Amino acid sequence: MLAEVDSREPAFEERENARHEFLIRAMNAATTASSAACLHVRHRARRLRPHRHCASLLASAFAAVASLALAQGSTVDEIAKYRDALAEGNPAELWEARGEALWKQPRGPKQVSFERCDLGLGAGVVHGAYAQLPRYFPDADRVQDLESRLVWCMVTQQGLNAADAVKTPFGDGSARRSELEALTAYVVAQSRGAKMNVPLDTPRIREMYALGEKMFYFRGGTHDFSCATCHSEEGKRIRLQDLPNLSTTAGAQKAYTTWPAYRVSQGELRTFEWRLNDCFRQQRFPELVYGSDTAIALTTYLAHNANGAEVQAPSIKR
Amino acid sequence: MPDPMKIRATQAGDSTEVRVLMSHEMETGQRKDPQGKTIPAWFIQNVTATYNDKVVMQAQWGTAIAKNPYLAFKFKGGAKGEKVQITWTDNHGEKRTDEATIA
Repeated sequence: MLAEVDSREPAFEERENARHEFLIRAMNAATTASSAACLHVRHRARRLRPHRHCASLLASAFAAVASLALAQGSTVDEIAKYRDALAEGNPAELWEARGEALWKQPRGPKQVSFERCDLGLGAGVVHGAYAQLPRYFPDADRVQDLESRLVWCMVTQQGLNAADAVKTPFGDGSARRSELEALTAYVVAQSRGAKMNVPLDTPRIREMYALGEKMFYFRGGTHDFSCATCHSEEGKRIRLQDLPNLSTTAGAQKAYTTWPAYRVSQGELRTFEWRLNDCFRQQRFPELVYGSDTAIALTTYLAHNANGAEVQAPSIKR
Repeated sequence: MPDPMKIRATQAGDSTEVRVLMSHEMETGQRKDPQGKTIPAWFIQNVTATYNDKVVMQAQWGTAIAKNPYLAFKFKGGAKGEKVQITWTDNHGEKRTDEATIA
Protein backbone atom coordinates (compact mmCIF):
# COMPACT_ATOMS: atom_id res chain seq x y z
CA MET A 1 0.00 0.00 0.00
CA LEU A 2 2.85 2.30 0.73
CA ALA A 3 4.15 2.49 -2.78
CA GLU A 4 5.68 5.90 -2.31
CA VAL A 5 8.67 5.45 -0.06
CA ASP A 6 10.71 8.55 0.38
CA SER A 7 14.24 9.10 1.51
CA ARG A 8 13.47 9.41 5.21
CA GLU A 9 15.35 7.11 7.51
CA PRO A 10 13.98 3.54 7.57
CA ALA A 11 13.23 3.52 11.27
CA PHE A 12 10.89 6.43 10.87
CA GLU A 13 9.31 4.87 7.81
CA GLU A 14 8.74 1.62 9.69
CA ARG A 15 7.19 3.37 12.61
CA GLU A 16 4.88 5.27 10.31
CA ASN A 17 3.93 2.08 8.49
CA ALA A 18 3.15 0.34 11.73
CA ARG A 19 0.99 3.20 12.79
CA HIS A 20 -0.87 3.29 9.51
CA GLU A 21 -1.42 -0.47 9.63
CA PHE A 22 -2.69 -0.19 13.15
CA LEU A 23 -5.10 2.58 12.28
CA ILE A 24 -6.46 0.71 9.30
CA ARG A 25 -6.90 -2.51 11.28
CA ALA A 26 -8.69 -0.57 13.96
CA MET A 27 -10.92 0.99 11.38
CA ASN A 28 -11.79 -2.31 9.75
CA ALA A 29 -12.62 -3.80 13.12
CA ALA A 30 -15.05 -1.07 13.95
CA THR A 31 -18.25 -2.08 12.21
CA THR A 32 -19.77 1.28 12.93
CA ALA A 33 -16.71 3.36 12.31
CA SER A 34 -17.60 6.96 12.76
CA SER A 35 -16.88 9.41 9.99
CA ALA A 36 -14.54 11.23 12.33
CA ALA A 37 -12.36 8.17 12.80
CA CYS A 38 -12.27 7.61 9.06
CA LEU A 39 -11.25 11.19 8.51
CA HIS A 40 -8.54 10.79 11.08
CA VAL A 41 -7.06 7.80 9.31
CA ARG A 42 -7.14 9.52 5.99
CA HIS A 43 -5.39 12.46 7.43
CA ARG A 44 -2.69 10.49 9.18
CA ALA A 45 -2.06 8.15 6.26
CA ARG A 46 -2.19 10.77 3.59
CA ARG A 47 -0.10 8.66 1.26
CA LEU A 48 -2.65 5.83 1.19
CA ARG A 49 -5.42 5.62 -1.28
CA PRO A 50 -8.85 6.05 0.36
CA HIS A 51 -9.65 2.79 2.00
CA ARG A 52 -12.60 0.78 0.72
CA HIS A 53 -14.45 0.95 4.01
CA CYS A 54 -13.73 4.57 4.10
CA ALA A 55 -15.35 5.37 0.79
CA SER A 56 -18.85 4.62 2.01
CA LEU A 57 -18.30 7.03 4.81
CA LEU A 58 -17.02 9.82 2.63
CA ALA A 59 -20.40 11.53 2.40
CA SER A 60 -20.65 11.97 6.13
CA ALA A 61 -16.99 12.90 6.24
CA PHE A 62 -17.71 15.75 3.85
CA ALA A 63 -20.39 16.99 6.21
CA ALA A 64 -17.86 16.98 9.02
CA VAL A 65 -15.36 18.87 6.88
CA ALA A 66 -17.99 21.43 5.98
CA SER A 67 -18.81 22.13 9.62
CA LEU A 68 -15.10 22.34 10.38
CA ALA A 69 -14.72 24.91 7.64
CA LEU A 70 -17.58 26.92 9.15
CA ALA A 71 -15.96 26.88 12.57
CA GLN A 72 -12.72 28.00 10.97
CA GLY A 73 -14.57 30.79 9.16
CA SER A 74 -15.73 32.32 12.41
CA THR A 75 -12.18 32.18 13.81
CA VAL A 76 -10.93 33.93 10.70
CA ASP A 77 -13.67 36.57 11.12
CA GLU A 78 -12.64 37.20 14.69
CA ILE A 79 -9.01 37.55 13.66
CA ALA A 80 -10.08 40.01 10.96
CA LYS A 81 -11.85 42.07 13.64
CA TYR A 82 -8.73 41.98 15.79
CA ARG A 83 -6.68 43.18 12.82
CA ASP A 84 -9.09 46.04 12.16
CA ALA A 85 -8.82 47.09 15.78
CA LEU A 86 -5.04 47.04 15.49
CA ALA A 87 -4.98 48.96 12.22
CA GLU A 88 -6.10 52.11 13.99
CA GLY A 89 -2.98 53.61 15.42
CA ASN A 90 -0.51 51.53 13.45
CA PRO A 91 2.96 52.09 14.96
CA ALA A 92 4.39 51.77 11.42
CA GLU A 93 3.84 55.54 11.35
CA LEU A 94 6.69 55.90 13.82
CA TRP A 95 9.00 54.20 11.30
CA GLU A 96 7.60 56.35 8.48
CA ALA A 97 8.40 59.48 10.48
CA ARG A 98 11.91 58.25 11.23
CA GLY A 99 12.38 57.30 7.57
CA GLU A 100 11.26 60.71 6.38
CA ALA A 101 13.86 62.41 8.58
CA LEU A 102 16.54 60.03 7.25
CA TRP A 103 15.45 60.64 3.67
CA LYS A 104 15.90 64.38 3.99
CA GLN A 105 19.07 64.39 6.05
CA PRO A 106 22.49 64.78 4.35
CA ARG A 107 24.32 61.55 5.08
CA GLY A 108 27.51 59.63 4.51
CA PRO A 109 31.01 60.89 3.70
CA LYS A 110 29.66 62.90 0.77
CA GLN A 111 26.91 64.51 2.87
CA VAL A 112 24.23 63.88 0.29
CA SER A 113 20.59 63.25 1.13
CA PHE A 114 18.29 60.76 -0.57
CA GLU A 115 16.66 63.65 -2.39
CA ARG A 116 19.18 62.90 -5.16
CA CYS A 117 18.21 59.24 -5.19
CA ASP A 118 16.26 58.18 -8.28
CA LEU A 119 13.74 55.45 -7.52
CA GLY A 120 12.68 55.28 -11.14
CA LEU A 121 10.51 58.38 -11.38
CA GLY A 122 13.27 60.96 -11.18
CA ALA A 123 15.69 62.11 -8.49
CA GLY A 124 14.02 62.40 -5.11
CA VAL A 125 10.53 61.48 -6.37
CA VAL A 126 8.98 59.12 -3.85
CA HIS A 127 5.30 59.56 -4.57
CA GLY A 128 4.08 56.40 -6.29
CA ALA A 129 7.62 55.09 -6.80
CA TYR A 130 7.20 51.90 -4.80
CA ALA A 131 4.24 50.76 -6.91
CA GLN A 132 6.57 50.59 -9.93
CA LEU A 133 9.41 48.66 -8.34
CA PRO A 134 11.37 46.46 -8.99
CA ARG A 135 12.56 47.86 -12.31
CA TYR A 136 15.68 47.84 -14.44
CA PHE A 137 18.00 50.75 -13.66
CA PRO A 138 20.46 51.50 -16.48
CA ASP A 139 22.74 53.49 -14.13
CA ALA A 140 23.25 50.44 -11.95
CA ASP A 141 22.85 48.04 -14.89
CA ARG A 142 20.69 45.87 -12.68
CA VAL A 143 17.09 45.14 -11.79
CA GLN A 144 16.58 46.50 -8.30
CA ASP A 145 13.84 46.44 -5.72
CA LEU A 146 13.31 49.34 -3.35
CA GLU A 147 15.69 48.10 -0.71
CA SER A 148 18.58 47.30 -3.03
CA ARG A 149 18.03 50.65 -4.74
CA LEU A 150 18.29 52.46 -1.41
CA VAL A 151 21.53 50.63 -0.71
CA TRP A 152 22.80 51.56 -4.18
CA CYS A 153 22.06 55.25 -3.48
CA MET A 154 23.81 55.02 -0.11
CA VAL A 155 26.92 53.57 -1.72
CA THR A 156 27.19 55.49 -4.98
CA GLN A 157 25.74 58.84 -3.97
CA GLN A 158 26.36 59.14 -0.25
CA GLY A 159 29.73 57.42 -0.37
CA LEU A 160 28.98 54.78 2.22
CA ASN A 161 30.96 51.60 2.24
CA ALA A 162 28.88 48.75 0.78
CA ALA A 163 29.35 46.56 3.85
CA ASP A 164 28.31 49.37 6.21
CA ALA A 165 25.22 50.16 4.17
CA VAL A 166 23.79 46.67 4.66
CA LYS A 167 25.15 46.08 8.15
CA THR A 168 21.70 46.25 9.76
CA PRO A 169 19.06 45.33 7.20
CA PHE A 170 16.62 44.28 9.93
CA GLY A 171 16.13 45.67 13.41
CA ASP A 172 15.46 43.59 16.51
CA GLY A 173 12.49 45.59 17.73
CA SER A 174 14.47 47.53 20.32
CA ALA A 175 18.05 48.75 20.57
CA ARG A 176 19.28 47.50 17.20
CA ARG A 177 17.46 49.66 14.71
CA SER A 178 17.54 49.50 10.96
CA GLU A 179 17.67 52.64 8.89
CA LEU A 180 16.70 50.61 5.84
CA GLU A 181 13.45 49.54 7.49
CA ALA A 182 12.58 53.13 8.35
CA LEU A 183 13.46 54.41 4.87
CA THR A 184 11.45 51.62 3.26
CA ALA A 185 8.46 52.43 5.46
CA TYR A 186 8.62 56.07 4.45
CA VAL A 187 8.95 55.44 0.71
CA VAL A 188 6.25 52.76 0.63
CA ALA A 189 3.84 54.99 2.54
CA GLN A 190 4.13 57.54 -0.28
CA SER A 191 2.62 54.95 -2.63
CA ARG A 192 -0.36 54.13 -0.45
CA GLY A 193 -3.37 53.86 -2.74
CA ALA A 194 -1.25 53.73 -5.91
CA LYS A 195 -1.85 50.74 -8.17
CA MET A 196 0.92 48.20 -8.57
CA ASN A 197 2.41 48.60 -12.01
CA VAL A 198 5.50 46.52 -12.72
CA PRO A 199 5.59 45.86 -16.47
CA LEU A 200 7.97 43.31 -17.93
CA ASP A 201 9.17 45.84 -20.45
CA THR A 202 12.89 45.14 -20.64
CA PRO A 203 14.73 41.89 -21.33
CA ARG A 204 16.50 42.19 -17.99
CA ILE A 205 13.30 42.39 -15.95
CA ARG A 206 11.79 39.52 -17.94
CA GLU A 207 14.86 37.51 -17.06
CA MET A 208 14.42 38.43 -13.38
CA TYR A 209 10.75 37.48 -13.46
CA ALA A 210 11.53 34.10 -15.00
CA LEU A 211 14.21 33.52 -12.38
CA GLY A 212 11.76 34.49 -9.64
CA GLU A 213 9.16 32.07 -10.95
CA LYS A 214 11.74 29.31 -11.07
CA MET A 215 12.80 30.10 -7.50
CA PHE A 216 9.19 30.05 -6.34
CA TYR A 217 8.79 26.45 -7.48
CA PHE A 218 12.34 25.33 -6.72
CA ARG A 219 12.39 22.54 -4.15
CA GLY A 220 15.40 22.12 -1.95
CA GLY A 221 16.88 22.18 1.51
CA THR A 222 16.70 19.55 4.21
CA HIS A 223 12.90 19.56 4.08
CA ASP A 224 12.61 19.50 0.27
CA PHE A 225 10.50 22.65 0.40
CA SER A 226 9.68 25.24 -2.18
CA CYS A 227 7.80 28.51 -1.71
CA ALA A 228 4.98 26.77 -3.55
CA THR A 229 4.78 24.03 -0.92
CA CYS A 230 3.00 26.45 1.40
CA HIS A 231 1.87 29.13 -1.02
CA SER A 232 0.17 27.47 -3.97
CA GLU A 233 -3.01 26.09 -2.42
CA GLU A 234 -6.07 27.77 -0.99
CA GLY A 235 -6.91 27.53 2.68
CA LYS A 236 -3.53 26.59 4.08
CA ARG A 237 -2.35 28.06 7.32
CA ILE A 238 0.41 27.91 9.90
CA ARG A 239 -1.29 27.86 13.29
CA LEU A 240 -3.82 30.70 12.92
CA GLN A 241 -2.08 32.56 10.13
CA ASP A 242 -3.67 32.09 6.74
CA LEU A 243 -1.11 31.46 4.06
CA PRO A 244 -1.78 33.38 0.89
CA ASN A 245 -1.96 31.38 -2.32
CA LEU A 246 0.69 33.28 -4.23
CA SER A 247 0.16 31.36 -7.44
CA THR A 248 -3.11 33.24 -8.00
CA THR A 249 -3.39 36.92 -8.88
CA ALA A 250 -5.71 37.65 -5.95
CA GLY A 251 -3.38 35.92 -3.51
CA ALA A 252 -0.27 37.67 -4.78
CA GLN A 253 -2.06 41.02 -4.74
CA LYS A 254 -3.28 40.65 -1.19
CA ALA A 255 0.07 39.47 0.11
CA TYR A 256 2.44 41.74 -1.76
CA THR A 257 0.52 44.99 -1.21
CA THR A 258 0.39 44.55 2.58
CA TRP A 259 4.16 44.47 3.07
CA PRO A 260 6.02 46.17 4.72
CA ALA A 261 4.06 45.73 7.91
CA TYR A 262 4.40 46.44 11.60
CA ARG A 263 4.55 43.08 13.32
CA VAL A 264 2.89 43.42 16.71
CA SER A 265 4.51 40.23 18.00
CA GLN A 266 7.97 41.56 17.18
CA GLY A 267 7.40 45.26 17.86
CA GLU A 268 9.17 45.91 14.60
CA LEU A 269 8.42 47.08 11.10
CA ARG A 270 9.22 44.31 8.65
CA THR A 271 10.02 44.78 4.99
CA PHE A 272 9.39 42.45 2.07
CA GLU A 273 13.03 41.36 2.03
CA TRP A 274 12.62 40.37 5.67
CA ARG A 275 9.57 38.32 4.74
CA LEU A 276 11.54 36.48 2.06
CA ASN A 277 14.49 36.07 4.38
CA ASP A 278 12.32 34.54 7.08
CA CYS A 279 10.54 32.26 4.58
CA PHE A 280 13.97 30.96 3.56
CA ARG A 281 14.80 30.32 7.19
CA GLN A 282 11.52 28.46 7.67
CA GLN A 283 12.25 26.37 4.58
CA ARG A 284 15.75 25.57 5.94
CA PHE A 285 17.24 27.16 2.84
CA PRO A 286 20.67 28.81 2.92
CA GLU A 287 20.42 32.37 4.23
CA LEU A 288 19.03 34.76 1.67
CA VAL A 289 21.57 37.51 1.04
CA TYR A 290 20.07 40.96 1.44
CA GLY A 291 19.67 42.65 -1.93
CA SER A 292 20.78 39.55 -3.82
CA ASP A 293 19.46 38.65 -7.25
CA THR A 294 17.48 35.79 -5.71
CA ALA A 295 15.67 38.19 -3.39
CA ILE A 296 15.06 40.68 -6.19
CA ALA A 297 13.90 37.93 -8.58
CA LEU A 298 11.30 36.65 -6.11
CA THR A 299 10.20 40.22 -5.41
CA THR A 300 9.89 40.90 -9.14
CA TYR A 301 7.85 37.73 -9.62
CA LEU A 302 5.40 38.65 -6.87
CA ALA A 303 5.29 42.37 -7.62
CA HIS A 304 4.41 41.74 -11.26
CA ASN A 305 1.77 39.18 -10.26
CA ALA A 306 0.29 41.80 -7.91
CA ASN A 307 -0.15 44.32 -10.74
CA GLY A 308 -3.39 46.27 -10.58
CA ALA A 309 -3.83 46.12 -6.80
CA GLU A 310 -3.53 49.15 -4.56
CA VAL A 311 -0.59 49.43 -2.21
CA GLN A 312 -1.93 49.24 1.34
CA ALA A 313 1.36 49.23 3.14
CA PRO A 314 2.85 49.82 5.61
CA SER A 315 0.15 47.72 7.19
CA ILE A 316 -0.11 45.97 10.51
CA LYS A 317 0.14 42.28 11.08
CA ARG A 318 -0.04 40.09 14.13
CA MET B 1 16.41 61.64 23.34
CA PRO B 2 13.28 59.52 22.77
CA ASP B 3 11.62 59.49 19.38
CA PRO B 4 8.86 62.03 18.76
CA MET B 5 5.21 61.12 19.16
CA LYS B 6 2.81 61.14 16.30
CA ILE B 7 -0.25 63.16 17.32
CA ARG B 8 -3.47 63.79 15.44
CA ALA B 9 -6.18 66.05 16.86
CA THR B 10 -9.49 66.59 15.11
CA GLN B 11 -12.41 68.72 16.14
CA ALA B 12 -15.89 67.31 15.66
CA GLY B 13 -19.08 68.69 17.18
CA ASP B 14 -18.38 70.02 20.66
CA SER B 15 -15.39 67.84 21.33
CA THR B 16 -11.87 67.15 20.11
CA GLU B 17 -10.55 63.70 19.42
CA VAL B 18 -6.85 63.18 20.02
CA ARG B 19 -4.95 60.15 18.77
CA VAL B 20 -1.38 59.60 19.85
CA LEU B 21 1.28 57.09 18.88
CA MET B 22 4.26 56.90 21.20
CA SER B 23 7.55 55.21 20.58
CA HIS B 24 8.54 53.32 23.71
CA GLU B 25 9.91 49.92 24.70
CA MET B 26 7.34 49.36 27.47
CA GLU B 27 9.47 46.59 28.96
CA THR B 28 7.48 44.69 31.57
CA GLY B 29 10.32 43.58 33.84
CA GLN B 30 9.07 40.00 33.48
CA ARG B 31 11.13 39.00 30.48
CA LYS B 32 14.57 37.46 30.45
CA ASP B 33 17.35 37.99 27.97
CA PRO B 34 19.16 35.08 26.24
CA GLN B 35 21.60 34.90 29.18
CA GLY B 36 18.71 34.39 31.59
CA LYS B 37 19.05 37.79 33.19
CA THR B 38 15.85 39.69 33.89
CA ILE B 39 15.37 42.67 31.60
CA PRO B 40 14.55 45.55 33.92
CA ALA B 41 11.15 47.19 33.67
CA TRP B 42 11.04 50.32 31.57
CA PHE B 43 7.69 51.85 30.86
CA ILE B 44 5.73 55.06 30.58
CA GLN B 45 4.23 55.96 33.95
CA ASN B 46 2.44 59.21 33.38
CA VAL B 47 0.74 60.74 30.38
CA THR B 48 -0.66 64.24 30.49
CA ALA B 49 -2.55 66.13 27.83
CA THR B 50 -2.97 69.87 28.05
CA TYR B 51 -5.01 72.30 26.02
CA ASN B 52 -4.47 76.03 26.62
CA ASP B 53 -2.37 75.24 29.70
CA LYS B 54 -5.26 73.28 31.17
CA VAL B 55 -4.88 69.57 31.83
CA VAL B 56 -7.59 67.77 29.88
CA MET B 57 -6.43 64.20 30.37
CA GLN B 58 -4.12 62.45 32.75
CA ALA B 59 -3.21 58.78 32.80
CA GLN B 60 -1.10 56.58 35.02
CA TRP B 61 0.22 53.62 33.12
CA GLY B 62 1.78 50.33 34.10
CA THR B 63 3.52 47.47 32.41
CA ALA B 64 0.33 46.09 30.83
CA ILE B 65 0.42 48.70 28.08
CA ALA B 66 1.81 47.42 24.79
CA LYS B 67 5.07 48.45 23.19
CA ASN B 68 4.80 51.58 21.00
CA PRO B 69 1.50 52.54 22.68
CA TYR B 70 -1.48 54.02 20.91
CA LEU B 71 -3.78 56.30 22.89
CA ALA B 72 -7.03 57.87 21.74
CA PHE B 73 -9.24 60.13 23.83
CA LYS B 74 -11.77 62.93 23.51
CA PHE B 75 -12.19 66.09 25.48
CA LYS B 76 -14.95 68.66 25.46
CA GLY B 77 -14.19 71.90 23.70
CA GLY B 78 -11.11 72.65 21.67
CA ALA B 79 -10.94 74.90 18.65
CA LYS B 80 -9.40 74.39 15.24
CA GLY B 81 -5.94 75.87 14.92
CA GLU B 82 -5.26 75.64 18.65
CA LYS B 83 -2.67 73.30 20.06
CA VAL B 84 -2.82 70.16 22.16
CA GLN B 85 0.25 69.15 24.12
CA ILE B 86 1.07 65.63 25.23
CA THR B 87 3.76 64.72 27.72
CA TRP B 88 4.87 61.32 28.90
CA THR B 89 7.27 60.44 31.68
CA ASP B 90 8.72 56.96 32.11
CA ASN B 91 10.10 55.15 35.16
CA HIS B 92 13.64 56.13 34.17
CA GLY B 93 12.59 59.75 34.52
CA GLU B 94 12.82 60.29 30.81
CA LYS B 95 10.35 62.70 29.35
CA ARG B 96 8.98 63.66 25.99
CA THR B 97 6.60 66.46 25.03
CA ASP B 98 5.05 66.98 21.63
CA GLU B 99 2.23 69.07 20.35
CA ALA B 100 -0.20 69.05 17.48
CA THR B 101 -2.53 71.58 15.95
CA ILE B 102 -6.22 70.73 16.07
CA ALA B 103 -7.63 70.21 12.59
